Amino acid sequence: MNKPGVIDREGLNRLIQTLIGRGYQVVGPTVRDEAIVYDNVFSIEDLPAGWTDEQEGGTYRLKKRSDDALFGYTLGPHSWKRFLHPPERRLWQAQKDSLDFDIVPEQPDNTKYAFLGMRSCELHAIAIQDKVFIQSPHTDLHYQSLRQNALFVAVNCGQAGNTCFCVSMQTGPKVEAGYDLVLTEILDDSHHSFLIEAGSEAGKNILEEVKAGPAGAGEIKKAEEIVTNTAKQMGRAMETGNIKELLYENLEHPAWGEIAERCLSCANCTMVCPTCFCSTVEDVTDVAGDHAERWQKWDSCFTMDFSSIHGGAVRNSTQSRYRQWMTHKLASWQDQFDTSGCVGCGRCITWCPVGIDLTREVAVIRESTTCQEENFSGSEAQNENS
Amino acid sequence: MKTLESVLIKHPFFENLEDSYLNLMTGCAKNIKFDAGQFIYRQDEEANQFYIIRQGKVALEICPPGKTPVTVQTVNEGEILGWAWLVPPYRWRFDARATELTRAIALDGKCLRKKCEEDKNLGYELLKRLLPVIGRTMEATRLQLVDVYGKRD
Amino acid sequence: MVPRPFKVKEIIRESHDTVTLDLQPEKPEKEPGFAPGQFNMLYTFGVGEVPISISGSSSGADSYLHTIRDVGKVTHALASLKRGQKVGLRGPFGNAWPIEQAKSRDVVIMAGGIGLAPLRPALYALLSQRDQYGNISLLYGSRTREDLLFHHEFETWKGKYGVQVKVSVDTADRDWKGNVGVVTTLIHRVSFDPSNCIAMICGPEIMMRFSAMELVQAGLEEDKIYMTMERNMKCAVGFCGHCQFGPAFICKDGPVFSYDRIKPFISTREI
Repeated sequence: MNKPGVIDREGLNRLIQTLIGRGYQVVGPTVRDEAIVYDNVFSIEDLPAGWTDEQEGGTYRLKKRSDDALFGYTLGPHSWKRFLHPPERRLWQAQKDSLDFDIVPEQPDNTKYAFLGMRSCELHAIAIQDKVFIQSPHTDLHYQSLRQNALFVAVNCGQAGNTCFCVSMQTGPKVEAGYDLVLTEILDDSHHSFLIEAGSEAGKNILEEVKAGPAGAGEIKKAEEIVTNTAKQMGRAMETGNIKELLYENLEHPAWGEIAERCLSCANCTMVCPTCFCSTVEDVTDVAGDHAERWQKWDSCFTMDFSSIHGGAVRNSTQSRYRQWMTHKLASWQDQFDTSGCVGCGRCITWCPVGIDLTREVAVIRESTTCQEENFSGSEAQNENS
Repeated sequence: MKTLESVLIKHPFFENLEDSYLNLMTGCAKNIKFDAGQFIYRQDEEANQFYIIRQGKVALEICPPGKTPVTVQTVNEGEILGWAWLVPPYRWRFDARATELTRAIALDGKCLRKKCEEDKNLGYELLKRLLPVIGRTMEATRLQLVDVYGKRD
Repeated sequence: MVPRPFKVKEIIRESHDTVTLDLQPEKPEKEPGFAPGQFNMLYTFGVGEVPISISGSSSGADSYLHTIRDVGKVTHALASLKRGQKVGLRGPFGNAWPIEQAKSRDVVIMAGGIGLAPLRPALYALLSQRDQYGNISLLYGSRTREDLLFHHEFETWKGKYGVQVKVSVDTADRDWKGNVGVVTTLIHRVSFDPSNCIAMICGPEIMMRFSAMELVQAGLEEDKIYMTMERNMKCAVGFCGHCQFGPAFICKDGPVFSYDRIKPFISTREI
C-alpha cells in the first residue's frame, strides 16, 4: 500500500480534480493579502507557484522564488483548525413563545474537506486537537463529523523557516503518520515532480484513480534527502527535557514579569497556534427578543474576560496571562492530554507583533535555574572545605 | 486555691506550663462570673485583668456614634480574653460583654506584670502563649476585612 | 451541548439575595440522578448560562434543587424566575465529594457563604447513613445572620442526627447570640479525630485556603481535606479551556479536589 509513485504538475492537478469529483471541498495554500493562507483550491493554478516566505520573530514576508515550486514556503498564519474547529459557529437557536421557549439544536456539519499541503507539524497539531475534542470524556460532535469526513494530503517540507523547531518537538519535518496521501516536491533544472505515497485505504484508492507513475530509486532517495536537509535547517530549537517540572517550579520566576513588559496581550499567538482550542460562547438575541442564539467563538487566555468570575478576572496582569499560555502549552498540557501542546511550528514567534520567542523564554528560565543550582552546590562545596 | 489550679491546668492556654509558674499564676487568680448582658470591661478603662473563659460567650463590641453596637469578635469557652493588661498604656480598646452566663478565671494583670518583670523566663513563657492568640486574632481580622462573603463588584 | 427544557416547580426564598429553585424536567428523564458536589449549567432565555451546584438530596428526588445567589446578570435572571417558567439545563457535570471514602471516619464540613449549597447534598448523604460515620461537624461562616442559608434545618441536623453545628458571622449586632469571627476559629470548638477524619470545604477561595491550613495545623493530612474550586466556566465538558486551574480542568477533573493536589497552585497568585 505504501509503494510510492510519481506524478508531475498535471498529475497533481488530476489529484485535485479527483478529490473534487469525489465530493471533497479541497482546501490548500493560496496567496492572499501578502501571505500564504488556506482557502478553496480548484486547480494547481490556485497554488502559490514560485513563492516563498521569510520569517523571523515578528516578521513575515512573501518573496519570489527563482523556480516554480508549488510548496516552496513554510507556514502562513492559518492553520487547519479554522476548518475543523471554526473561529465561530452557532451551537443552537431558541425561539420564544409566550412564557416558554424551545431550543433547536444545530446539525453537525457534514462537509467533506480535503486538506492539501498539510505539513507534518500540522498533522501532529490535529492529533492533539483530536485528544481535546474526541478522545476525552465528552465528544464535540461537530468536530468529530468534520474530522471523520476529512482527507489529509500532506507534503514533506522542502525547507524550514527561521522560526521552525519541529525537530525539537519531534513533530517533523518528515510526515510519518495521520495522513491519507503524502507528497514530496522534487524540483531541479530539468523536471518538476512529486513523489506520492498513500497512508490509508482512502489515500490508496484515490491514488489509483490519479494514476501515478512508478517511482524510481533515484526519486525515492532524492525525496529522502530533501526532508533530511530540511531537518538541518531549523531556525529555532527548544530544550524540552523536564520542561513541565521546570515551568511548574518557576511559576513566580522574574522572567514572566520581564516578558510582560513586551507582551501586548494581543492574543495573536493563540489565534495562529494550531493547537490552541479555547473558545467562549455568546448568547445573542434579536431586536424583538423572541429569538436567541448561542455562538461558540475562538477565545484566548490573553483576554481579560477569559478568567473572569463573579467579582472580576482571576488573571489581571499580562504576566499571569502569558504564564498561563506558556505553562499550559508546554507543561499542564502534558498532564491533561499526555502530550505537549506545542508542535514547533513557530507561528506564535512569527506572528507576535513584538517577536516574543517561547523557545528563548524557556531557555531564559532554564539558564537562570541552572545558575542558582550551581551557586548552591558551590556554597555547599565551600562548607565541606571549611 | 486547689480548685483554681486544677481549672487552670486543664485550660488549653496553660497546657504544659511548668508547675512553679502554674502556682505563681494561681496566686494571681480568682473565680469570677458574669450574667448575660453584663459588661466585663469597657473601652478606655484600665486593663488590669486577664480572663480565662471557662464557660459562656463574650462579645467584643465597638459602638460607632449614633449606631447600635457592632460585635467584631466573640470569645468562647477554652479561650482567653484580653492582652491590654500586658503592655502600656494598660487600657481596654473595646467593650467586652457577656452574651450569656459566663464563668471565668480572672488573673490580676498588675500582679502578673510585676512577676514577669521579676522573672523574664515567666514573661517569655507567657508571651509565647499570648502571641499566637494575638496573631490569630489579627489574621481573623484581616480575613473579615477582606469581606470574603460580600458581593464582589 | 444543548440544554434540556426544565420547569420551575417551586421557589424557596432562602435569604435577601438567595433563592432555591426546584427544577423539574419537562420531558420525564430516566432519573435526574447526581452525585453530591456536581453542578448543572442553567440557561435563561436570551440572557446566558451559568454553572450552579446542586443543593438538594441526591437520593429519591425527581428534580434538581439549585440555590442561587443573585449577584450577576444570569443569576439575577434565574433568581427572578416565576413558578412554571422554563430554563435550559445541561448536566450534571463534575466529580463528587468523598462520601464513600469518609465512611467510618469523622467528617468536618466547612462552608462559607453560598458554599453551604454544594455541601448540603453531601451532608444529606452522610445523614442518610448516619451510623456509617463518626462525629459529623458543620462549621459555617457567613457575612451576617441575614445571609445564613438553610438555618431552619440546623436544629434537625443537631437534634436528630447529632451533628455538631457551629456558625460564625463576620459582624453582628446584639440580636445575634452566636459567634462572631472567621469560620476557622470554630475548628477547635468541635471534636473530631484528626487522624481519622475527612474534611470537605466550600466557600470563597481565601476562606478555603485558610481553613485547609488550620485543619492541617489541627492534625489532618492534606489528602484528607477536600475543597471545590471556582473558575470561569463556559462549556462544562473540557472543550472551552476557561476553567483551567494549573493542570486541572475544574469542570471535568473537579470541582472537588484534595488539598494536596492543588496546594502548589492555590497559593500562587493569578493562576
